[in-house]
Amino acid sequence: MVRGLEELGYAASLLAEGCYWLVAGPRRRQPVQLRAVFREARDIGVNAIPITAVLTFTVGMMLAIQGIETLRTFGAEAQVVLGIALSITREFACLIVAIVVAGRSGSAVAARIGTMVENQEIDALRVIGINPVRHLAAPVIIAMLVMVPALTVLGDITGLLGGGIYAAMEMDLGLGVYAERSLDVLQARDILQGLFKSVVFGLIIALVGLINGFQVRGGAEGVGRATTRSVVMAISLILVTDLIFTWFMNR
Amino acid sequence: MSAPAPVPHEAAEIVIEVSDLCVSYGRHEVLHDVHLQVRRGEIMVVMGGSGSGKSTLLRALLGLQSPSRGCIRLLGQDITRLGEHAMHELRTRMGVAFQGGALFNSMTVGDNILLPLREHTRLDENTMRIMMRMKLALVGLSGCEDLMPAQLSGGMIKRAALARAIVMDPPLLFFDEPSAGLDPVASAQLDRLILKLRRALNMTIVVVTHELESAFAIADRITVLDRGRVLFTGTPDALRRSEDRRIQDLLQRRADIAPVDPEVYLDKLTGAPPDA
Ligand SMILES: Nc1ncnc2c1ncn2[C@@H]1O[C@H](COP(=O)(O)OP(=O)(O)OP(=O)(O)O)[C@@H](O)[C@H]1O
Ligand SMILES: [Mg+2]
Repeated sequence: MVRGLEELGYAASLLAEGCYWLVAGPRRRQPVQLRAVFREARDIGVNAIPITAVLTFTVGMMLAIQGIETLRTFGAEAQVVLGIALSITREFACLIVAIVVAGRSGSAVAARIGTMVENQEIDALRVIGINPVRHLAAPVIIAMLVMVPALTVLGDITGLLGGGIYAAMEMDLGLGVYAERSLDVLQARDILQGLFKSVVFGLIIALVGLINGFQVRGGAEGVGRATTRSVVMAISLILVTDLIFTWFMNR
Repeated sequence: MSAPAPVPHEAAEIVIEVSDLCVSYGRHEVLHDVHLQVRRGEIMVVMGGSGSGKSTLLRALLGLQSPSRGCIRLLGQDITRLGEHAMHELRTRMGVAFQGGALFNSMTVGDNILLPLREHTRLDENTMRIMMRMKLALVGLSGCEDLMPAQLSGGMIKRAALARAIVMDPPLLFFDEPSAGLDPVASAQLDRLILKLRRALNMTIVVVTHELESAFAIADRITVLDRGRVLFTGTPDALRRSEDRRIQDLLQRRADIAPVDPEVYLDKLTGAPPDA
């Protein structure tokens, strides 16, 4: 409990310091390096495109199968378009992306930073006069804030596509008709709801990975523990946050 | 404690001054009332047994560990009450070679050495590269700039770390365990390198080491730490002449344990009752 509060404070100060460097860095001739941001963005976002596409496509299709079967018993299978469109854009795309990124990149951030702590590289940065938050943390935070929503947009599309392909086949609609109907039922706020949550999830993944990395003690084993912990912690926080948002945004 | 014998730099100004320094990890105090003075151009070697607080003292000197009490003045500035900006400026004037080298594993050796220049100067790329190659040549690593740290041997890592530490020509150099884990020849080479640096660049150098031979080879003065306290400060000769038992133990590498009777020891190992 005490540790949780401590870590919350630590995460908040990391975020504040990261923002500070983003704003004040250029003026102090120590800008956050764009090159580092792009490298992170590539690792976090671009390299995660295939897995994100495959997973959201699969989930979209499963939603269609389940939806059609369930709704058929009520004779309301035509409603499946609405069901898929809303659950993908509001929930599943951002949730799946967040879990994929937490597992792929949040853990990688914790491992990389943790190894640097163990190797005294963080100390070396500080004595060289390079602020580790600016140099290491800020690029991760920025890249997460941009790439998790970007992947979520991708997930919206592939998820809808996965659901659409199955539903169109099963209900003898053309894919074009299906797409039209989806666009009819979807409102901007459904998509924005998912995107808004994905921004928050990105922030959670970044901060959880960073604090676990910076707090590493105890050699290679410590790095392993921090990595595992960051994944478990990030996914738990994401689910709890999602529940809270969904509660307040849809009732 | 013996009085400090005259050193070659008696008249030089004091560039490192530590007084009443106490450092704690949590509730556990590790350094108690440590005093230390180092003059410009001097090589000060900090020795002491494992766990005596050498690395902690070094971390405090570098501003990586804030003391619970006392004062640390580097180049005339008290780092315990220095603002972030001034500390940043001061750090451009000190170089540090960490025990494990602490090279950035994601960068080539050359980029590692260029990093301080890129951060603190506005030289053009070519000039920086020339400076980087000069420092690599100085430590005997010419041509290694495109290697990754993982491709270097232990001795090469130490020398690359030294090259990174001195690339800004800092007046202050800190070196943690230069000879740990090196063969005697490589360690003697590093010792010569340290002496050469002092001669060529008139650096003030603080070296933390376990190695007696290396300490005597390079030190102008030696500080011996024992369980977080300064046991001795003075020249190598004064240290040799010291009558203090703990210092004689250190010099003769005598272990601080009572001799054991082999039979009793064997009984202990086999778990047999002592008087069987
Ligand atoms: N991060 C830490 N947290 C808590 N205690 C620490 C920490 N680092 C060191 N200590 C304790 O401080 C004491 C001094 O440690 P220090 O690393 O300064 O010793 P040392 O002289 O460098 O030893 P060695 O020669 O083995 O490196 C030890 O008792 C150690 O247990
Ligand atoms: Mg040590």
